[in-house]
Amino acid sequence: MKAIVTVIGKDTTGIIASVCTLLAENKINILDISQTVMEGFFTMTMLIDMKECVVPFADISDKLKAKGEEMNLSIRVQREDIFDKMHRI
Amino acid sequence: MHSQKEILSTIDMIDHQHLDVRTITMGISLLDCASDSVEVTAKKIYEKVTRLAKDLVKTGEDIEKEFGIPIVNKRISVTPVSLVAAACKETDYTPIAVALDEAAKKCGVNFIGGFSALVHKGMTNADINLINSIPSALATTERVCSSVSVASTKAGINMDAVALMGKIIKKTADMTGDQHGFGCAKLVVFANAVEDNPFMAGAFHGVGEAECVINVGVSGPGVVYHALQKCKGQTFDVVAETIKKTAFKITRMGQLVASEASRRLGVPSGIVDLSLAPTPEKGDSVARILEEMGLECCGTHGTTAALALLNDAVKKGGVMASNHVGGLSGAFIPVSEDEGMIEAALKNALTLDKLEAMTCVCSVGLDMIAVPGDTSASTISAIIADESAIGVVNTKTTAVRIIPAVGMKVGDMVEFGGLLGSAPVMPVHEFSSENFVLRGGRIPAPMHSLKN
Repeated sequence: MKAIVTVIGKDTTGIIASVCTLLAENKINILDISQTVMEGFFTMTMLIDMKECVVPFADISDKLKAKGEEMNLSIRVQREDIFDKMHRI
Repeated sequence: MHSQKEILSTIDMIDHQHLDVRTITMGISLLDCASDSVEVTAKKIYEKVTRLAKDLVKTGEDIEKEFGIPIVNKRISVTPVSLVAAACKETDYTPIAVALDEAAKKCGVNFIGGFSALVHKGMTNADINLINSIPSALATTERVCSSVSVASTKAGINMDAVALMGKIIKKTADMTGDQHGFGCAKLVVFANAVEDNPFMAGAFHGVGEAECVINVGVSGPGVVYHALQKCKGQTFDVVAETIKKTAFKITRMGQLVASEASRRLGVPSGIVDLSLAPTPEKGDSVARILEEMGLECCGTHGTTAALALLNDAVKKGGVMASNHVGGLSGAFIPVSEDEGMIEAALKNALTLDKLEAMTCVCSVGLDMIAVPGDTSASTISAIIADESAIGVVNTKTTAVRIIPAVGMKVGDMVEFGGLLGSAPVMPVHEFSSENFVLRGGRIPAPMHSLKN
C-alpha cells in the first residue's frame, strides 16, 4: 500500500532525518520526497511504500503524530487513494 | 507523485474548511423480525441490528485514520417499523423503539432511524399504531429517529395523516417539554420520502432495498464557500463551474469511503448522497455560501435563486464522481444547524415564508425550525400540507421537521446542543387553518403523476 506523509511546521534541524528514521525502523520505503522551505516554514510531502511494513497503519499514524508533537510539527500519513480520487479523473 | 499543491489543498480542506464525510449509514432490513408479539419482535430486532452493525463504528474509525478524513457520524437505518410490527397484537410499539435505542447504544452509533410509517396514500392499523406510539417512543429513547411519509407525487397528499401528524408533533413536544420539545428534532414528516437516505432524522431502509447496505452522505459547505471566495465579482457561469468542480472532488472522496466501507464490512454499497449538510460550526454554513454570491444576508431577495444554482451545481458536479447517487442529494437548509441561517433568522431576514420558497429549489424542506410553543396542531398540519404540496407538485422530496418550543415565544433561543445546534423561535401566521385541516381526505395527485 502506498501512502503520503505530510510534514508541516517551523523549520528546524533534523526533521527529514527523524521522519526517515522512524519510517526505516518500520520497514517503510520512501519512493519520493518533495520539500520546500519558505520564510522558515517547512513543508514536506513524501510518497511511501508500506508493503514490507508489518505494523498496523493506525500505529504508524500514531507514531508519526507523536513524533510531530515532539518536534512541534504537524505530521500525518494518509493513504494515497484519497489524493488520487480528489485530483485525478 | 501528486504535486505538493494538490496534497496541501486536500489537507487544507480537511483542517480548515470542515471537509468531512458526514455519515456512513448502514441500512438493515427488519422484515424477518416480524412476530405476533411486540416483545419478541423487539428482541429479534435488537439481535439483528447488533449482529449486523457490530463492526460499523470500528470500520468507520479505521477508514478515518487511514485516509485522514473525518467521518462525523456512523448511523443505522432500518425498515419502517410499522411494517415489521404489523403482525403484533399489541398497539403500543414503544418497546420496539426502546430495543432500537439499546441496539444503537450497543453499536456505538449516535442515531438510528426507521421508527417510521409510509402513509402517503392511506394508513393501515399498524401505521396508526406506530404514529400514535411516536410521542412516547421519542420521549423515552435517546437515539431513535422517526419519520412519516404523508404525501407523494403518485398518491397526492393524505390529509388525514397530515392532520394527525400536527397533533403528534404537539404531543411529542409536550412529552419532551422539559427539553423545550426536543423530541420533535428527531421526527420528520415527508413528501416523496426516499428509501436510501443516509441522513437523520429522516433515514429509513426502504422495502425495495437489499438485506443490508452501506449508504454514505458527503458534506462540505465550508469547501464550497472557500472556493467561491476566489471568484468574487465573477459571473454566475464561473460560480456554477466552481461549485461543480468542488462538488466533484468532495464526492469522489465520499465514493472512496463508501467503497472502502462496503468492502471491509462485506456489505453492498448502496448510494452516495451528494449533500451540502451544514453544522453549527463557523465556516460550515450553507447560508454563508449564498451570501458569498452577493447577498447581504441569507433570506433577502435573491436567496432562492442563489440556492437553486447551488443545489443544481452540487448535483452536476457530484453525479460523475459517484457510482450511484441517491438519498436527498442537494443543499440542506436546517435553520438550527447552520450558523449563518441562525444569524439571518435572528435578524428577521430569514422568515418561515422565505424558507418555504427556498424549499422549492433545494433538496429538503422546512428543517429544524422552532416555532412558539403555543402554535396550534392545525397550524402545524397546515405547514406540513403546504410543504407537501411543494414536494408533490415539483416531484421532489420535501420534509417538515418543526419544533413547537414548549414554554417559549418568538425571539427566544432553543438550545438543542451538538450537531442539532440552536434555533431562534420564529413566528407563524396568526390566522387559523383549523377548518382547512379538519376537512380530511386526500388531495389528489397532480396531472403529471400520470406518466404511464
